[in-house]
Amino acid sequence: MKRYQAHILICSGTACESQESREMIEKFHQELKKADLHEEIQIVKTGCFGFCEKGPIVKIHPDHVFYVEVKPQDVEEIVKEHIIKGRRVERLLYEEPTLQKKIEEQEKISFYHKQLRIALRNCGFINPENIEEYIGEDGYLALGKVLTEMTPEEVINIVKDSGLRGRGGGGFPTGYKWELTYRNKNDLKFVICNADEGDPGAFMDRSILEGDPHSVLEAMAITGYAIGAEKGYIYIRAEYPLAIERLNIAIEQARDYGVLGEKIFDSDFNFDIELKYGAGAFVCGEETALINSVEGGRGEPNAKPPFPAESGLWDKPTCVNNVETFANIPPIILKGPAWFSRVGTKDSKGTKVFALAGKVNNVGLVEVPMGITLREIIYDIGGGIRENKGFKAVQTGGPSGGCIPEKYLDTPIDYETLKEIGSMMGSGGMIVMDEENCMVNIAKFYLEFTEDESCGKCTPCRIGNKRLHEILIRITNGRGTEVDLESLQSLGEMVKESSLCGLGQSSPNPVLSTLKYFAEEYREHVVNRKCPAGVCSMGKKKTAAVPKQ
Amino acid sequence: MKQIKSLEELKRIRDNANQGLNIRKAEEEKHIKLKVGMATCGIAAGARETFNTLFETIEKKGLKDVYLVQVGCMGYCHDEPMVQVNVPGESPILYGKVDKEKAKEIIEKHVEKGELLQDSIISKSFHKE
Repeated sequence: MKRYQAHILICSGTACESQESREMIEKFHQELKKADLHEEIQIVKTGCFGFCEKGPIVKIHPDHVFYVEVKPQDVEEIVKEHIIKGRRVERLLYEEPTLQKKIEEQEKISFYHKQLRIALRNCGFINPENIEEYIGEDGYLALGKVLTEMTPEEVINIVKDSGLRGRGGGGFPTGYKWELTYRNKNDLKFVICNADEGDPGAFMDRSILEGDPHSVLEAMAITGYAIGAEKGYIYIRAEYPLAIERLNIAIEQARDYGVLGEKIFDSDFNFDIELKYGAGAFVCGEETALINSVEGGRGEPNAKPPFPAESGLWDKPTCVNNVETFANIPPIILKGPAWFSRVGTKDSKGTKVFALAGKVNNVGLVEVPMGITLREIIYDIGGGIRENKGFKAVQTGGPSGGCIPEKYLDTPIDYETLKEIGSMMGSGGMIVMDEENCMVNIAKFYLEFTEDESCGKCTPCRIGNKRLHEILIRITNGRGTEVDLESLQSLGEMVKESSLCGLGQSSPNPVLSTLKYFAEEYREHVVNRKCPAGVCSMGKKKTAAVPKQ
Repeated sequence: MKQIKSLEELKRIRDNANQGLNIRKAEEEKHIKLKVGMATCGIAAGARETFNTLFETIEKKGLKDVYLVQVGCMGYCHDEPMVQVNVPGESPILYGKVDKEKAKEIIEKHVEKGELLQDSIISKSFHKE
């Protein structure tokens, strides 16, 4: 690989690309050419840096200077000042709001300070469209090691010992899932990567696929070897065009380099990967519905058992893992299970990526060790609530999760503790709400979503969610009664207990958790017909001014 | 492209690619940093040639963990071109009037062997942020 005296890294994730980072890359090429430096300085487009709030990001090495909110018209100045004269462009440096001080280096910014990046290790560091950069960061070394030195049982044991659990939401132990699929003997088995990231607000899987697609390909091949499968599918939603583009490039390159295809590393192992596009149905993130969709059927879940590990795609044993789960596999193989399991809590090991959104200063993607508190995520990394307003609740786990009030801000979070306080890890969406959000209205928003996305196969979910939504509409329109509050509770519990799949089993969580923690706000709506946050219309129609005749 | 058929081949590609990527790593403790003053005064005094010589010498010798950084005016314009050598764990050394020959010498003596070029040092222990 050619060496350059400086590298200019430009974020090309979806968020930054939508803010003209593509034009900036073009502009940098032009400006460097003008200065006759294009042979000496390399321009690298990278995946997401995670700090989407301040995008587009431009990072310059070896100075390690981190520029934020860069626009195409700033490019000329960066080249003239920074590249040619070596002077920082002060106005583009990030200013830490609490310190009111400009900060040059990415690692010193508080947003990055408490993060620990395992799944996102290469995002914002390598060029996702160049397999050699991935290989340069020990890429495909884990696959090589597995194929030349280890038996499938040894691979499964490493993953089991690491304590890695499914990052898509359920939190099922990954190694155990692999073992189940491995034990079911069959002539054909499949590996599926679940990239149907359906939670509103969650975008970690997309960012991994855009920023480091090879890590997922490598992990799928490792899984294939461990369970005895030669074919993998990535089920990805068609709304992710950039991720699809980069995956296709990555698969092509991996085949060229022989790390996908036949007799990989001169072993007897063959593996290839194909993309399957989803049409954007939330329920297809559920593994049995996903499998039906891959087969070309309706995206409806099946009753479990049989689990996909016994009878999945085309009734063959199938291992379905989420993108983020896969991204953790290569470092676990290379660095060993003990390295991974030293991070995290007793039952939840490693890190989790959260998509931080809502009324928080630093919106973005953060990867933190399990066991960190919500307060650390929201205040230290997220920089606190916007405009210094008061914190009200944080919603985790998307439409399947619940709203967590202030008193639990210091709970160390992992799969179990979040469940205990009425929410769940889910895929890692994290939406922060301030005092101006009405919790009844929030619950209504999520129920509208689940009512829409319910596939309609089982009655509790199809009708139960609709009724829950109707009651919430009534309350926010000022026509609710105290009986409605009781119905919400009993109906919510019923839907949760009797639904067929994860969608219905978790969809009442936003209602039940807000009923529990914000009961007073609900009572205010039905007894005094008032919305304390001033969000709900309470039946008052906005009067349009009628022109006088 | 020839297909990778062994761990050794993979590692060869990795090591080659890794050298190109090292520049992006922030572990400051490990790196020797050479800062070249490239403000107007520096450039006028020939800092560009100094910089290029340093770059070529590092490249030719294939030195790892040695990085060149362009910096602004160091404020001591009459001794330009200036090169500051930051060796991890040691106080920074500032050299003045570094021409092509001296640039080579800095790499060969200071960076590779740890010998200081006593005659060219302007300052040894100033405050470094």
